[in-house]
Amino acid sequence: MLQRLQHLLGIEDLTREQVSFILDQAKPFQEFHRHPLKKLATLRGKTVALAFFENSTRTRISFATAAARLGADTMNLQAESSSLKKGESLLDTLWTLEAMRPDGIVIRHSSSGAPEFVAQRLGIPVVNAGDGTHEHPTQALLDALTIRDRKGKLEGLRVAILGDILHSRVARSNIHLLSKFGAQITLCGPAMWVPRELESLAPNVRRVSRIEEALDGAEVIIVLRVQTERLHEPALAAEEYILQFQLTSERLRVATPDAMVLHPGPMNRGLEIDPSVADGPQSCVLEQVTNGLAIRMALLYHLVGGAASDTAPSPGTTGKE
Amino acid sequence: MLLIKNGRVLDPSSNTDASLDILVDGSRISKIGASLSTSNAELFDASGMIVAPGFIDLHCHLREPGQELSETIETGTRAAARGGFTAVCTMPNTQPVNDNASVTRGIVERAASAGAVRVWPIGAASVGSKGEALAEIAAMKDAGIVAVSDDGKPVATARLMRQVMDYCRALNLPVIDHCEDPSLFAGGVMREGPRSLRLGLKGIPSQSESICVGRDVEVAMLTSARLHIAHMSTRASLEYVRLAKKQGLSVTCEVTPHHFTLIDEDVRYDSHYKMNPPLASREDRAALIEGLADGSVDAIATDHAPHHPSSKDVEFDRAPFGITGFETALALGLSELVHAGKISLKRLVELFTTGPARVLGIERKIAADEPADLTIFSPDHAWTFRAADSPSKSRNTPFDGRAFRGAPMATIVAGRIVYRR
Repeated sequence: MLQRLQHLLGIEDLTREQVSFILDQAKPFQEFHRHPLKKLATLRGKTVALAFFENSTRTRISFATAAARLGADTMNLQAESSSLKKGESLLDTLWTLEAMRPDGIVIRHSSSGAPEFVAQRLGIPVVNAGDGTHEHPTQALLDALTIRDRKGKLEGLRVAILGDILHSRVARSNIHLLSKFGAQITLCGPAMWVPRELESLAPNVRRVSRIEEALDGAEVIIVLRVQTERLHEPALAAEEYILQFQLTSERLRVATPDAMVLHPGPMNRGLEIDPSVADGPQSCVLEQVTNGLAIRMALLYHLVGGAASDTAPSPGTTGKE
Repeated sequence: MLLIKNGRVLDPSSNTDASLDILVDGSRISKIGASLSTSNAELFDASGMIVAPGFIDLHCHLREPGQELSETIETGTRAAARGGFTAVCTMPNTQPVNDNASVTRGIVERAASAGAVRVWPIGAASVGSKGEALAEIAAMKDAGIVAVSDDGKPVATARLMRQVMDYCRALNLPVIDHCEDPSLFAGGVMREGPRSLRLGLKGIPSQSESICVGRDVEVAMLTSARLHIAHMSTRASLEYVRLAKKQGLSVTCEVTPHHFTLIDEDVRYDSHYKMNPPLASREDRAALIEGLADGSVDAIATDHAPHHPSSKDVEFDRAPFGITGFETALALGLSELVHAGKISLKRLVELFTTGPARVLGIERKIAADEPADLTIFSPDHAWTFRAADSPSKSRNTPFDGRAFRGAPMATIVAGRIVYRR
């Protein structure tokens, strides 16, 4: 039986069926984006709080657009302008938001676990839009949708994930999701960013040190963004990274001919990925953006609208049991 | 006068384990024997209970002076009394830091007027615990400190440690070190391993601790001073301590109840699981329990570290390190060690009494003319710990709501019952 979602805090605790359900729910919204009039009334009268305690442009715009196209109103809280700058605690900020009675909250935060912290204290659905180095579940879902569309399936694919795995919430969510479908996942990056404990994160995960080995026979390649600030602690020269780990069209040749290249964006062109690959026929980055919208609409529809309104949560109750 | 009847007297110092009565006159023990009776004494029936020398906690934070929102000497010692402790050693990381005799005297005076149990201050090793100049250690000793430590952080460098140890050897004071290598610690919030990776929380490798323990043992070899390793949490650290003991050095160590009870796999996004040193691996916990059993570990110490709820109820990585510990220490020792068949009841009593006393260079025993500091506990009393009932000002414990078998029943300090269940 499909367990109804109350929140989306991460991929790790979802079942394979729940993941497939969300991907299926996103299908009609993919179609919908081709319509000239891109506005529904599904969530009319509902309010979604967008609490971005950490700076974000792409994800925030994607969620805001998803909410708008569903007819919901949004309340925006951004790191730059928020009272956090004035030293307000997360808890106080939450009570303030809750007092304005939103019907759901999308949260991005630099602290791992912050969305769970919020879900335990607010009685409304919480969507994790990226927490620290923990998870970025909507990214993994939109990646899965993109992969499923092109490959026709998720089961048993050979996937390479390249870059700073240790500090990547995108990598963690992708590993959890794809592993549930029996993917063979190969991780590759500078060794200090690919600790051996990653192999116990989920089944069928292995590490290799050479990028050619990681790409050999790969059907899906997920290139992570190099957080340039990380290159300096500890110091690693950008040239060294480019030489050893950049995805170039030459290196891409050892992958399967129709291997897909995904990148969560924003890209450092010429650092983790060569422009010829980023703009090449195997690149899926723009599909990822469009699918992000569909996934986020499906989630908001499912969590904030639909059956969730039958049991309107009362203030003070915990949404997570 | 107070007559404690029908108890099982368990005193590791004299290897006593017998059903005996104890007569207390004023602040001292006056008589020990079978079937004592007297007409004018208050009677305490200790049937089914253990009567032990008063428990000593080598490591706590009473937060006074300066952080009274989290704890005071009064509230902290009341919690200590409920935990069966008759004396607690309070760490110097207050505001101001206890690095000079006037702060020490302030703590001693406050404890004399408001403390429920004895408070033995620990002085800072360096001025402001900043790791630069030596603190006024001799003057603090005259004012009442029982050891020195820069707890909260390690003694900064091997060179400073050498000076502190040389100086303290002459004063016959133990040097207590909070062992961590700051460059490896590097802003971590839990033990590095599969769990930290899964939670996306910055990990602290176990070597952060053991590197520093290794350094300290080396400096102890150089100086022959008394070294005590605080809240030791890893197998590798224990190996260094064993090596030192084998070589005849005065090196001792303590383990906290949370480190022999919980492991890194227990960590959740709940700051009540955030402490320093962090909860260690399953293998490390097994090694610590082995050390508690075989005598390599000298004492159980709580590292009672109260933090006001408003500071703990935040994102995990933003919360301060530390949990409260007085009231659950004995019960965890009984549940996790004795009832689990890892150590004997006598060994547990040692770890709370003669063990810590030896670290401080004092005696702890039940004998005529000795101070009447006694801990009376039931090894079987069933109860549930409720943090809300604690006299402590703080509630930061992962053990709230935990059911226990075994509890302190009475705490007697200088002949006075300061806590009775």
